[in-house]
Amino acid sequence: MRPVSSWGRLSAAPHDVVELADRERIGDALAAHQPGVAYGMGRSYGDECLNPNGVLWNTAGLDRLISFDPATGRLVCEAGVVLRDIQRLMIPRGWSLPVVPGTQIVTVGGAIANDVHGKNHHGAGTFGDHVHTLRLVRTDGTVMGCGPDHQPDWFAATVGGLGLTGVIAQAELQLRPSPGPWLEAETVPYTGLDAFFRLSDEAPADWEHTVSWIDCTSGADVRGLFLRANPTALSPGRPWRSRARAMPVVPPISLVNGLTLRSLNRAYYALGTRHPGKRLVHYEPFLYPLDGIQHWNRLYGPKGFYQYQCVVPPGPGPQAVRDMLESIQRAGEGSVLAVLKTFGDRPPPGLLSFVAPGITLALDFQNRPGALRLFERLDAIVRQAGGRIYPAKDARMPREMFEAGYPRLGEFLPFRDPGISSAMSRRLMGS
Amino acid sequence: MNAKTRIVVIGATSAIAEHCCRLWVERGPVDLTLVARDATRTERIATDLRVRGPASTVTVMTADFVDAKDIARVAKATTDAGAVDIVLIAHGAMPKQELCADIDFCRETLEINAVSPALFAEAFAGHFATANHGTIAIIGSVAGDRGRKVNYTYGASKGLIERYAQGLDHRFAGSGVSVVLLKPGPTDTPMAAEHKAKGRKLASAEQVARTIVQGIDRRKFVVYAPPLWQLIMLIVRHLPRFIFNRLSL
Repeated sequence: MRPVSSWGRLSAAPHDVVELADRERIGDALAAHQPGVAYGMGRSYGDECLNPNGVLWNTAGLDRLISFDPATGRLVCEAGVVLRDIQRLMIPRGWSLPVVPGTQIVTVGGAIANDVHGKNHHGAGTFGDHVHTLRLVRTDGTVMGCGPDHQPDWFAATVGGLGLTGVIAQAELQLRPSPGPWLEAETVPYTGLDAFFRLSDEAPADWEHTVSWIDCTSGADVRGLFLRANPTALSPGRPWRSRARAMPVVPPISLVNGLTLRSLNRAYYALGTRHPGKRLVHYEPFLYPLDGIQHWNRLYGPKGFYQYQCVVPPGPGPQAVRDMLESIQRAGEGSVLAVLKTFGDRPPPGLLSFVAPGITLALDFQNRPGALRLFERLDAIVRQAGGRIYPAKDARMPREMFEAGYPRLGEFLPFRDPGISSAMSRRLMGS
Repeated sequence: MNAKTRIVVIGATSAIAEHCCRLWVERGPVDLTLVARDATRTERIATDLRVRGPASTVTVMTADFVDAKDIARVAKATTDAGAVDIVLIAHGAMPKQELCADIDFCRETLEINAVSPALFAEAFAGHFATANHGTIAIIGSVAGDRGRKVNYTYGASKGLIERYAQGLDHRFAGSGVSVVLLKPGPTDTPMAAEHKAKGRKLASAEQVARTIVQGIDRRKFVVYAPPLWQLIMLIVRHLPRFIFNRLSL
């Protein structure tokens, strides 16, 4: 038994960690140690990858590439391969992952099980849209392949399936041609949600990646930075060097707190407006800004933090976002990392995929009672608008909220593996 | 002449060795020979390396690591095929000390961790001496710096490797052959499950491999990975016995 935390660091309960390292013998390991749940890089924020006092199947050792066809861009790899390694290996060879989330320190298995999205959702869809096939190992020893064209029902259940349909052992991914590691990026400061929606409406045609950072202390008349970028074959003529830093210790209290929140947001805004106009940016700091500070989750101190990420549909969405921002400002809670983005209309491939047409808002909150009270108000706004919360980020949504947000849950449940159980599955599905 | 650096890796299924190979194939074309006991597992690693470095050549060879004749065969076969630039001797197993109370198991542990790597080093040394070329890199351990109750069978084996490497280094001083002794601290590999269970923070195999590959490039005789262990072990080695014996290090 050893203590294991997820990214939010809300708990560090002991787990019986079983290392999966041999892809041909996963079934034996699952049969011998269950019930459990697969654990990759531990980047989900809440309890999705946790099973306190129970078994975790660690997939970090399943990190081998199996084949790559440079004619078609198809990559077959084990599920524990980290997206960063694929990007660093393949971009110099002219290929990249079509969809990447805001951190590249996640495994392929985790990216599928959460059907993650990126800043290019409007054009590229979700991670699951680029999976040709995957291999699922069930706790009864069954090994099955599935994909959009083969056992599509199993595929739809497994993509975004929170790791509950079996352990994803390997996958065949479609990469896409990449002109190089640089992006032509532009930062547009704006004030007010109307300006945000105008920028979002214009962007899809011209920009591959779009996302907006907002100052969560500025309320409904929000101040933000709209970030947009396109891949480019241009290069600044100098090699890029990662200047990754690390948060070396867990401070005794959260460094993001009521005293620092406003000034941190101002400072971030000021930094962002320093470079107006277009400029060349390496894909790593643009797509994964937080990976530049290892262990940044320690900033929130020993009690950890929550992330609240929801999506609300386009009709009631703008008003819902306004209401949420007002509530957050009134509560005086929030973080330096508040993100607003519009999703495209493409329906996601999984029964429980988070992405839906509309607007998504994501914010971190230090773990204290005020934040939990605020979440209840935000939940009410999201439910009223017909939205949903992202399980990968969640540690606390009520079961009714999950059931209301994911109407296809009933279709999903028959595909669950009875030998798989996580703290989240018990909280949201009762087992 | 073959332009690619030729590297032979003994014990290629070890996590640290595998990460060294990844670093080698990812920075440029190399000619790798992976020597290990288990053909299936090694072939899987070879496949991964071929995807990572399509311009590299990766071949697999199986061997009986405790059979002196087989060790000699591996050294001869690989050096006959062309000049070997680097041999990385990486195999080993770290059992719980209690298990070594079984004398037969204790012998096996000493054979695989001490005798076998020394024989590989000696076998390659012969061929490298003739060619007056090559780097013999051996993975020792910080555990070899001072015997401790928690792992002295393993530690003593690694201590033997250190003396052997020292002797070779002395023998090849001023020649075209170099010797590198690598001493990783506890690393996050399947072998270190014990350490992990105690919740200790371990260096990643990738991080350790990076230090090792760099150490081999620089042909430094002793390389601690991560380098901080050099300081830690300096202290541990010099603790007076009356203090050391009261600690449970």
